[in-house]
Amino acid sequence: MPDTHHRTPRRSFLKHALLGLGMLATGSVLAATGEPEKEDLRFGFIKLTDMAPLAIAYEKGYFEDEGLYVTLEAQANWKVLLDGVIDGQLDGAHMLAGQPLAATIGFGTRAHIVTPFSMDLNGNGITVSNAVWEQMKPNIPKMEDGRPVHPIKADYLKPVVAKYRNEGKPFKMGMVFPVSTHNYELRYWLAAGGLNPGYYAPHKGDISGTLKADVQLSVTPPPQMPATLEAGTIYGYCVGEPWNQQAVFKGIGVPVITDYEIWKDNPEKVFGMTKAFTEKYPNTTVRVVKALLRAARWLDEDNNKNRPAAVKYLSQPNYVGADYKVIANSMTGTFEYEKGDKREVPDFNVFFRYFATYPYYSDAVWYLTQMRRWGQIAEYKPDSWYIDTAKKVYRPDIYATAARELIAEGKMSAADFPDFSGEDGFRDPQTEFIDGITFDGNKPNAYLEQFPIGLKGKDTL
Amino acid sequence: MSTETTFNKYQAFNFGPLDRLLAFLSRDSRSGSALRLIHAVGIPVAAVAVFLMLWSVLAAKVQTSLGQLPGPAKVWEQALALVDEHQAARDKETAFYERQEKRNAEKLAADPNAEVHIRPYTGAPTFFDQILTSLVTVATGFLIASLIAIPIGIVTGMSHTLYTALNPIVQLFKPVSPLAWLPIVTMVVSAVYVSDDPLFAKSFLNSAITVTLCCLWPTIINTAVGVSSVDKNLINVSRVLRLPWLTKTVKIVLPSSIPMMFTGLRLSLSIGWMVLIAAEMLAQNPGLGKFVWDEFQNGSSNSLARIMVAVLAIGLIGFGLDRGMLLLQRRFSWDKSAVLR
Repeated sequence: MPDTHHRTPRRSFLKHALLGLGMLATGSVLAATGEPEKEDLRFGFIKLTDMAPLAIAYEKGYFEDEGLYVTLEAQANWKVLLDGVIDGQLDGAHMLAGQPLAATIGFGTRAHIVTPFSMDLNGNGITVSNAVWEQMKPNIPKMEDGRPVHPIKADYLKPVVAKYRNEGKPFKMGMVFPVSTHNYELRYWLAAGGLNPGYYAPHKGDISGTLKADVQLSVTPPPQMPATLEAGTIYGYCVGEPWNQQAVFKGIGVPVITDYEIWKDNPEKVFGMTKAFTEKYPNTTVRVVKALLRAARWLDEDNNKNRPAAVKYLSQPNYVGADYKVIANSMTGTFEYEKGDKREVPDFNVFFRYFATYPYYSDAVWYLTQMRRWGQIAEYKPDSWYIDTAKKVYRPDIYATAARELIAEGKMSAADFPDFSGEDGFRDPQTEFIDGITFDGNKPNAYLEQFPIGLKGKDTL
Repeated sequence: MSTETTFNKYQAFNFGPLDRLLAFLSRDSRSGSALRLIHAVGIPVAAVAVFLMLWSVLAAKVQTSLGQLPGPAKVWEQALALVDEHQAARDKETAFYERQEKRNAEKLAADPNAEVHIRPYTGAPTFFDQILTSLVTVATGFLIASLIAIPIGIVTGMSHTLYTALNPIVQLFKPVSPLAWLPIVTMVVSAVYVSDDPLFAKSFLNSAITVTLCCLWPTIINTAVGVSSVDKNLINVSRVLRLPWLTKTVKIVLPSSIPMMFTGLRLSLSIGWMVLIAAEMLAQNPGLGKFVWDEFQNGSSNSLARIMVAVLAIGLIGFGLDRGMLLLQRRFSWDKSAVLR
């Protein structure tokens, strides 16, 4: 042993010299990001079709191309998943866009979580039970062929809710998590139809979100939605795919609207990691984003030509595990509403088009405005607070590093990404909401003023 | 007595019908054994046949939201599918290791100083991997429990004072549903077991400790009872001979309490196995329980059949474990003529 020790300096000098020479020779080919600091990673996901980028990055070997050995693990529910990331059992996860924001501002478990990558646009739907649908249907205008006109507004649900309430039965619906996109979408849809989905009052310890509610919302994990609807515990739900299509196949409910019709091309899941992780393992973080970018591109490539292959992966029991035809329904550009009423929704799941993966600050601001609207943020915050919080959580800088490298490696082209030099992270004001209200990410308080139902300005409960 | 010994020779399986079949096949059977064979082998076979028939007839009548309740044929088909999936996963695993070796070689070629190592396969565990995980977990939990419970049982059985002291505690914890322990175990493990490079996964420890907590009580109680009910005459003999404490324990107390001790161990193991499946389902820890829960969540048209394969596997393994314990008990018990079932 002492002998080796003795020799080390000379040896390592030689090695370093050689290494330096090697780097000089191959420097132009070497990627800018060094070797990953952590190679063995464990990522969590919930059984939903929009976990696809993770499954594809694994199955297509994109993670391994980056020198990462990833284990993907399905989680029981969103809370377990978030706790896993916070306490380090998971290195990252498929998350609801609201989760990193809520964790960072301290609604629920407090932890600084960041997201360098948005996973998809759209992909959710609202389903009601057969009994509710039968009562709603007469109110809905019909097309010439007798099928209902879409989008179906909550206005048509309003008389049904009133009837249930007159009979003394609270009208109950399910969503997947208090800070989930589904919660905000369901609330948006209900409120746009004049139904109050209820407020949260965390400062008074009330986090059930049913204060002044016309419709009582409660949490159910996505895969259990159909079973809970069938059991009659809830009369409808808002959830990601394949759990709306599952209701059609099982004949237990009817999807009435997709989130694409509530807010066209709304941002959905994100890939979340702790801020500590991204700081401790910067190379690993960039490499993860690179692999996910390639996976997202593969999913949307050549007009969705890879989608059937993707559905095949997703229907494996270790990923989503539902039947091929159930997943295929929404993933391949169609959506079945009432049994037999199959309509084209080519952008139902968007993984890469329209810069879907770029973490826009304005997306984060929208989620924060909805948290304020329903009382999860209990008091007035200035516009600057919304924007600063968004900038703390959304990390387009990491995204840009990964994207530039993929361009340099020739794996992707600059046209695949926003123009990084001129991008300020705010989308142009968006107008395609079901209630016709315009959202400008730079003016969150002015946006909130426009809603007839919801907290705004200095309102408190 | 001679019949008894002949019979013992054919108890290799420790399972009535099979043992008798073995006895019949080995020619030294006497007249009338053919009749006995029909009785011992024919009846169970007929019962199983009737069960399978009833199953396929009744299952066809139950329509769930996941389609028809699967009958034996569908379940068998899924069992084969699980074998195929296992095979496919092994092929992927081989490819995974080859890719790793290639990548490591490239890395070393680029930089001879690079740290490389081969990591275990990152793919999802198959049905058979899950069975193995569950078996290892239950064995660990059971062994730990036995190592704790047997000494405690012996000491409490020998001392009346200790028995009176421990009895209320044991009686209090014995009826606690094992799953009530799970949240406590989970929290304690994640608080206490902190390590950068853990030897065991936390999920494994959680399951194993939960099994341990449930396996303790039957073994403690039965061992204590066994030890305390040693024939007084034998104890008196040891007094007369002035045997030292250790010799007394090893030569007299232990041999006579072994049947009771094993009764406790068998009870513990079968409880442990049941608890483990439930704990795995609840905590999403790797194992057969997680397999069942995942399939339930998937809600595909094959899910129910796959769950039934798992149910049958759980039953068969539970049965196997119990027979294994019985075999051990026979091996260690001095009273070979005792009827054990």
